[in-house]
Amino acid sequence: MTRGGYYEPPKQPPSEPPPEWLKGEGEASDVVLSSRARLARNLAAVPFGSKSGPKERARSLEMCRDQILMASLSERIVWEDLHEATPMKRALLVERHLISKQLSKGRAGNDDPRGVAYSVPDERLSIMVNEEDHLRIQAIRSGLALAAAYREVDRADDLIEAGIDYAFNRRFGYLTACPTNVGTGVRMSVMLHLPALRLTGDIEKVKRAADGLCLAVRGFYGEGSEAVGDLYQLSNQTTLGKKEGEILAQLDGDILPRIVEYERVARRELLTKRRALLEDQACRAWGLLTNARLLTTEEAMQMLSMARLGALSDILPMDVKTINGLFLLVQPAHLQRAMNKDMDQEQRRQARATYVRAKLARA
Amino acid sequence: MKCDRCDKIATVHELTQVNGVKIERHLCEQCAKDTGIASTGVPAAASLLGMSVNITTTRVAACPSCKTTFGEFKQHGLLGCADCYRVFENQLAPLLARAHQGGDRHRGKAPRRMLGEATSPETEPSLVAELAERAKRLAALRNELDGAVKSEQYERAARLRDELKRLSSQAQRQGHEPRMDDEGRGE
Repeated sequence: MTRGGYYEPPKQPPSEPPPEWLKGEGEASDVVLSSRARLARNLAAVPFGSKSGPKERARSLEMCRDQILMASLSERIVWEDLHEATPMKRALLVERHLISKQLSKGRAGNDDPRGVAYSVPDERLSIMVNEEDHLRIQAIRSGLALAAAYREVDRADDLIEAGIDYAFNRRFGYLTACPTNVGTGVRMSVMLHLPALRLTGDIEKVKRAADGLCLAVRGFYGEGSEAVGDLYQLSNQTTLGKKEGEILAQLDGDILPRIVEYERVARRELLTKRRALLEDQACRAWGLLTNARLLTTEEAMQMLSMARLGALSDILPMDVKTINGLFLLVQPAHLQRAMNKDMDQEQRRQARATYVRAKLARA
Repeated sequence: MKCDRCDKIATVHELTQVNGVKIERHLCEQCAKDTGIASTGVPAAASLLGMSVNITTTRVAACPSCKTTFGEFKQHGLLGCADCYRVFENQLAPLLARAHQGGDRHRGKAPRRMLGEATSPETEPSLVAELAERAKRLAALRNELDGAVKSEQYERAARLRDELKRLSSQAQRQGHEPRMDDEGRGE
């Protein structure tokens, strides 16, 4: 893109609409990227995943799919047979948080039938079928909105249960393949952006406090993923012995407001007491994002994190929504979809840098 | 796990300790019966030689529905079916209480069939009832179809299949939309 040292912004790639949960709207959206509620459910009449053969898996898929599609869960619902989907399609769904890595990894063909239903165009509701449990019902919202996300999965759960007998007993509640989910089967989580707490070195305190409260701290892509881009997923770990409302109240009414405030205070302190450091970090990130010729996903996310902090602190004249969207659009499958071709890692690094420059030139 | 004597799945697991030495046997139900496992644990030779032996034998239960044993669960962390929770209730209870910060009993939501009413007051009761009715019809049709195929009533089976297709496509028309790809909608 350089001609004799002259910089010319690359041609604008096609626009890719990020899902609603990345819009950067809602309560505390300066710190909380998104909120998610997920329910684990199983059919009473079919063995759980690890003990299900192809025939049984086909049966659970058919029962769940029919009921999901019949239940009018949302105005528009899309169903995908994942055992027939291309690896690219599955990777896109994982990056959009509509399915888990585990569900995307199964075998192709009829001996491992599995699928997902999700609402369009908002992609707020998604239901995985034949993952570790027969049903994983999840709702994602932008900002701090756990109560709304839980209401949505609760309603979907009622409507699916109207036609399906769930595995349930009075002592242990909703029965799940892994007993760490048994009871309510509910997992409530938030995606937090905590760049200031990392810069001040206080992030470890948050992790220790979360650990002490039996909350799991994970990365952008959940279990087993590293925290990149200062994005942390915080979720409840215990599901038995507490009511859904109690789990919600502990997170929503107590722990999360405190973490949000802790990050905000750290941002204010950086801005007033260590402004040079904050400006340096934000402007370096801007310089790299708008000039790099090769970018890895991790580097892009780390720089986007600093750019986001800079934009929220009025240091960089950038739209936070654009940065939120880029967290997703720099991921390998989305990048290849935008460029409309399969690329190896080296090609992706180059394409990613070009793509980010073009997006930011427009923003 | 396969049976030590044949290719069937081992559902009987015997752990015998003779003077501190562990002997494991994994057998299917039939082979366990044939070998009289767990009924006579004393090795004949030892008994004949008049050796002083200290024998304890444990027959490990497997879930009758899915054949999962507690050992398998401990190895993989996954239970095989709803019945496992009943079969292994006593062994699971302390583990669950530890994993859930002392929580040992469910206190949350329960399915409608347990309560005899809609689970959440906010969820439309008429919609729940209608869905339940439709799901019942689908399940009944599927049962009838299975019966018709088994008894080789092919004309009836074809009629039932059409009816099933009509009902489920009605469901899909209400819920199903074209895929993202078909719409040319990018992600």
